Amino acid sequence: MSAPLLEVEDLVREYRLPRSRLFGPRGVVRALDGVSFRLAAGKSLGIVGESGSGKSTLARAVMALEPPGEGAVRFLGRDLSALPPGELLRARRDFQMVFQDPYGSLDPRQKVGRIVAEPLTALAELGAEERRQRVGEVLASVGLRASDAGKYPHEFSGGQRQRIAIARALVTRPKLVVADEPVSALDVSVQAQVLNLLQDLQAQYGIALLLISHDLAVVDHAADEVAVMFQGRIVEQGAPAELFRAAAHPYTRALLEAVPRLVPRKGRRRSPPERNDAPAGGCAYAGRCPAAQERCRREVPLLRGLSGSRRAACHFAEAVMSEPSPAAEVGEIMP
Amino acid sequence: MALLEVENLEVRLKTVRGMAAAVRGASFALERGERLGLVGESGSGKSMTALALLGLLPEGAELAGSIRFEGQELVGLAESELCRLRGDRIGMVFQEPMTALNPLHTVGRQVAEPLRLHRGLSNPAAHEAAVALLDRVGLPDAERRAHAYPHQLSGGQRQRVVIAMALACAPDLLIADEPTTALDVTLQRQILDRLAELSEESGMALLLISHDLGVIAENTRRMLVMYGGSIVESGPTAAVLQRLAHPYSQGLLGARPRLGAGRGNRLATIPGSAPELAEIPSGCPFAERCRLAIDACRAAPPPPEPVGPGHVARCIRLDAAGVRP
Repeated sequence: MSAPLLEVEDLVREYRLPRSRLFGPRGVVRALDGVSFRLAAGKSLGIVGESGSGKSTLARAVMALEPPGEGAVRFLGRDLSALPPGELLRARRDFQMVFQDPYGSLDPRQKVGRIVAEPLTALAELGAEERRQRVGEVLASVGLRASDAGKYPHEFSGGQRQRIAIARALVTRPKLVVADEPVSALDVSVQAQVLNLLQDLQAQYGIALLLISHDLAVVDHAADEVAVMFQGRIVEQGAPAELFRAAAHPYTRALLEAVPRLVPRKGRRRSPPERNDAPAGGCAYAGRCPAAQERCRREVPLLRGLSGSRRAACHFAEAVMSEPSPAAEVGEIMP
Repeated sequence: MALLEVENLEVRLKTVRGMAAAVRGASFALERGERLGLVGESGSGKSMTALALLGLLPEGAELAGSIRFEGQELVGLAESELCRLRGDRIGMVFQEPMTALNPLHTVGRQVAEPLRLHRGLSNPAAHEAAVALLDRVGLPDAERRAHAYPHQLSGGQRQRVVIAMALACAPDLLIADEPTTALDVTLQRQILDRLAELSEESGMALLLISHDLGVIAENTRRMLVMYGGSIVESGPTAAVLQRLAHPYSQGLLGARPRLGAGRGNRLATIPGSAPELAEIPSGCPFAERCRLAIDACRAAPPPPEPVGPGHVARCIRLDAAGVRP
């Protein structure tokens, strides 16, 4: 079997917290706690989870924007953290990023043409004319006009700006695009345009996509595979159809339950109170889990294979999977 | 008499291209204890409607029409009178809790502030009440957290603090503008459930503003859809969602990614983007983006057409949209 496009292995990233008292000890938070996955060329992996689950840290680690504490990110078989800086810069043409905020991620003082061309500066072999042509092509591919290159970001709406950000990510013809909440700052009607665009571009150019979102429906729409993160770990992974039909981790179930439905469930279930008394040395979700047992408080569940490509980190994954799915209750209506 | 009656509300804002109407003749009413949803995207006028109700419009804005709260006219009311209502009879919760809180004061003090201001409570009494409120909105360990500063709390906890502040004086009306948009689904669910419970317990009316049709479906009895400053559709939430009539409302539903739809399904999109305030056409505001638009749509603002009991849509092309009145 050939090496996957992207291979993330046992990634650990810790951040030190500020002291709570002058001479108190500095706490440490594990933003990533042993994350591993593979992404094949042309495929898309969606990462979902609540804020603080480590999704954005994962995106930054994959982009080699920060060094992993432990573990490795291998792109086409090469460990990114082991590459010399010049080498890494050249390697970056193959993996590009789209950020959440289409306002903050584009320099307001530069024209769109220059913003989009910027990743090309690392590729010295292109002449000025070729660059201009490349920018024109990529703007056209995201549904903008070549003449838009002469305008400034403020002349565009939020959805158009996100198209510019996508064009910038595509201009080097990358093999992987990492998109961190690419549509969550957009209006619903514009979000749909950008999601369709991402899907088209992926199909057209065979780009692999690592899509980070807190919105399960967005991920379901755009990903071949989904990984659910909770407190720095992947707690469940699988194809969206299977994962949403028979979730094997109670946290995935809680997420599915909480998605607002157009047809409200009968007999509104009250949400459990917020608590997070995760036991040390046990499952991080045990404090919130309605089905937690004694074993969950003693023993950390490892991410293990279920059927096919499904993986889940729950001692009782098989039992959880066999329960009726919260997603199956969806009786959504279409006009 | 309804708790809140809004009639022909007009809000005009200063823009670089002169004054432009952000709200164009909005009318609606809200009964005591009722939960009303307001759906719209950026530029629809939904937030300006909320700010107008609170008397918090930006500098230089012009307000016309009528807003009656418990029979009292708020349009033209002196700022000092509005101050007496705000935070007391009318509470508000905004989208971003971090900007709604003062980073230099403990959250307990901020929740206590309306009680000292409007109720004249002493500091110890206000603090005690603040702790009780924080507990009521579901902040765990409220006694201790009352002494925390906003940055020491998570996003969900901060939003609970903001809600506790808004509820401090037991308002008759709570206006919540995208109260959970910055939060994850599980937190969103907890907070919206809590708001619904509080409204049921105390008979507080709720105006819930959201871009998410699912949030509106689960938490409101009646709903309004705004586009380009106009209320384009309104009615009982279940009935409206059962039979969305206005082409814009239909477009909004089609554009919404649905869980379980699976990969490969393209989302329906609404062509173009929302018009700038100064560019909203004088006829139907949606005409430029509507696949059903005819010349008559651009000629004059469409009148409300009945769709079902209590359900109306401002569209003259309901037949073409597949909706029979």
